[in-house]
Amino acid sequence: MMIRRRTALLGLAATVALGNVSLALAEAGTRKRFVVVILRGALDGLSTVVPYGDANLRAWRASLLLPEPGKPDGVLDMGGFWGLHPQLKRLHALYGAGEMLPVHAAAGPTRSRSHFEAQDLLECGAGERMDTGWLNRLAGLLPPAPGENDRAVALGQTVPLLLRGPLPVNSWAPGGKPDPGVEFYGRLAAMHEADKLTGPAMADGLRQRGIEGQALAGAAGPGGDAPFVTLARAAGRFLADPKGPRLAALELDGWDTHSNQTFRLKYALMPLDAGLAALKESLGPAWADTVVVVMTEFGRTVRVNGTLGTDHGTATVAFVLGGGVRGGRVLADWPGLAENKLFENRDLAPTTDLRGVIKGLLAGHYGLGPDALTTIFPESQTIAPAAGLLRA
Amino acid sequence: MNIRSVHAVARFGLGQRGAEPPPSDPEAWLADQLDMPDAALAEAGPDSASAFDVWHQEDIGNGEFSKGMNPRQPHFIGDRYQADRRAAMHAIIGSSQPFRERLVLFWANHFTVSARAGNGVLALVAAYVREAIRPHVTGSFEQMLSAVMHHPAMLYYLNNADSVGPSSPTGKAGRGLNENLARECLELHTVGVSSGYTQKDVTSFAKVLTGWSAERLKEPRGFVFRQEDHEPGPKLVMGQTFPEGYEGGVAALKWLAHHPATYRRLATQLVTHFVADDPDPKDVEAIAAVLQTTGGDLKATSLAVTRLPAAWQPLTKLRTPMDYVFAVYRALDFLPREPKDEADAYWTMMSLGQPYEEALLPNGWTDTAIGWLQGESLLRRADWAYAMAGRPDAPDAESLISVCAPVLADKTLSTVRGAGSRREALALLLASPEFMRR
Repeated sequence: MMIRRRTALLGLAATVALGNVSLALAEAGTRKRFVVVILRGALDGLSTVVPYGDANLRAWRASLLLPEPGKPDGVLDMGGFWGLHPQLKRLHALYGAGEMLPVHAAAGPTRSRSHFEAQDLLECGAGERMDTGWLNRLAGLLPPAPGENDRAVALGQTVPLLLRGPLPVNSWAPGGKPDPGVEFYGRLAAMHEADKLTGPAMADGLRQRGIEGQALAGAAGPGGDAPFVTLARAAGRFLADPKGPRLAALELDGWDTHSNQTFRLKYALMPLDAGLAALKESLGPAWADTVVVVMTEFGRTVRVNGTLGTDHGTATVAFVLGGGVRGGRVLADWPGLAENKLFENRDLAPTTDLRGVIKGLLAGHYGLGPDALTTIFPESQTIAPAAGLLRA
Repeated sequence: MNIRSVHAVARFGLGQRGAEPPPSDPEAWLADQLDMPDAALAEAGPDSASAFDVWHQEDIGNGEFSKGMNPRQPHFIGDRYQADRRAAMHAIIGSSQPFRERLVLFWANHFTVSARAGNGVLALVAAYVREAIRPHVTGSFEQMLSAVMHHPAMLYYLNNADSVGPSSPTGKAGRGLNENLARECLELHTVGVSSGYTQKDVTSFAKVLTGWSAERLKEPRGFVFRQEDHEPGPKLVMGQTFPEGYEGGVAALKWLAHHPATYRRLATQLVTHFVADDPDPKDVEAIAAVLQTTGGDLKATSLAVTRLPAAWQPLTKLRTPMDYVFAVYRALDFLPREPKDEADAYWTMMSLGQPYEEALLPNGWTDTAIGWLQGESLLRRADWAYAMAGRPDAPDAESLISVCAPVLADKTLSTVRGAGSRREALALLLASPEFMRR
């Protein structure tokens, strides 16, 4: 399978300075948009979409338990069994509008509890490490953008594996340094032209600067936005542009709540909620053509550890959002929290493979068939695409 | 001047310093640096005790601030961290033992303690490098691992200081295990995931390490083994039984330090760092064999890396942003004495994505081009080189060419010599493909 060159990435100084957010975008010849948000560090599903109706929850989680719906700072009810973390108010509104679908007891392709290995495999979409990410392989299967240029725009200092392909990628950021002038850049490009390592990257960098500049102007919201909110809003603006990119990957870290989880999670969820709302808002009417998947490498232990946190676990929650998503319900084959139901006597058991969820979304969104879906997720023939995730 | 000398300075050092001629005997130049004691340790430097003092001062200041006794929040730790960072970067840029400094950076990255962890660790990070890494760079890996695992900075950074055995006296009162350090020690510091350990091994190793903590207020400050937090009974880790008590942890670390999987991992990392992004497996095997036969002698191992034939081939590795910034300062022979100069170096690294001592995750910075090879990032190097080349005391490009000409492509030479101004010529040389490599 030839992967076409349309992953191109840009860097934004502000995010680098704050360190924990990045965005990458790629083009495709379709009006359908697809956004993946990777939460690095392992989000605790049981504190985010709380199964408050599960009789065993209180015994495990007494010290981390959020109040029930209706009480002060209580979880936001979703159908009498599930409660959304009270910081996720905007997501809850989307749930109410039928455009947000939590997927619980879900896990990626691996049972590894190593952050780095699990993140890599989640982004490869395979049980073994690959050099390319599944979003990159999706890009290769979609029709080319008109003119098949490689001027896709993207933000973020490092390229997530999710969007990494066989070709070098480039990056862009608004600059404020003294301008050495066109002559200088011309000589610089000529000097690097024949270099296999730096030549293509330099050329792409220069092209990006040439075409961009105005793109981020106005992307920053009213002062004081968290970096994730700024980048999510920028992503929406890029994706909404009729000639803009169609695929986006956002990364946000800070979920590794080994200690003081209640406090940490609250402040990690706040920008996530605001950012996803900003993404929807800036997409405008294109929201109807957009599917967003929010996922993390694994969940956390059912038991609370010795430092009021949780350690690396297995299954957790993911979110699917978008104008065409059949939301307003929680998708879960709930294994329960009884001691004999826990995975390896410590974790929420995985009952839904995220690859099946994403395959179902890609099948419905892009009309991709089994062969294409197996190219995107190798050796996933036995994992059926989840049905009925999108409104017909 | 021979090409091997120019290679040695870039590949194993921090880049040429001004127009200083490269060493006439590069092999001896490298070996001498490891034979001589670490010059940085001969001078006074940051230590844990003074870091604890500063941390305590900050606590007191915070207490006064919260009670309204002082209108301003304290910033003792921040000041200390910035002063430490300034001194460290100054020492690296001016070092006459650049190979040794590269090894310090390599091992500090292998055993990452990041200032991003926050206040306490912020105060300790410079002391950590000085106390746990530096003394062992030409010593044994076993001793380095032991020093790292006993250091308060690591015990706080990866949460072991608060990890409690569930069946220990403290555990019975309701506190418990934190697996973070045990997991990263197996995954990142020693055997690696491919060695096949399981979750059970991680939990069990975490129990071995319960009680390994730090005391920062009461004397004696520093590492402390808290018997009351320690999980009773022997523990089985990767098929080995380790006894209850502090000795169990010592024995486990010793066993892990000499494990063949650890040696293979270290060999892969060293060859990837110094020789090639995609190292020849034979070279990795050769270095792993040196580790095995010497029992983890890091001096012998480092020298063996310099003797690999592949280490004398044309340079292919892309300098990381940190390497690049150090190399430009050294080429300009410009020691950042003023805080604002050091801040410029730091913020440049930040804008290139690699701020000093602030790795995002415990696995440290990536060591291969894929993480850094982005157009905008390379352009920012060029922009910064242009800014630096505008300094009034900047050298002439020709004086630098005179000490690195053998590695410059014709195209680079003609471009630099065809530049429109003296400043542009120097900036182009510093932004050339050759200068971006090591």
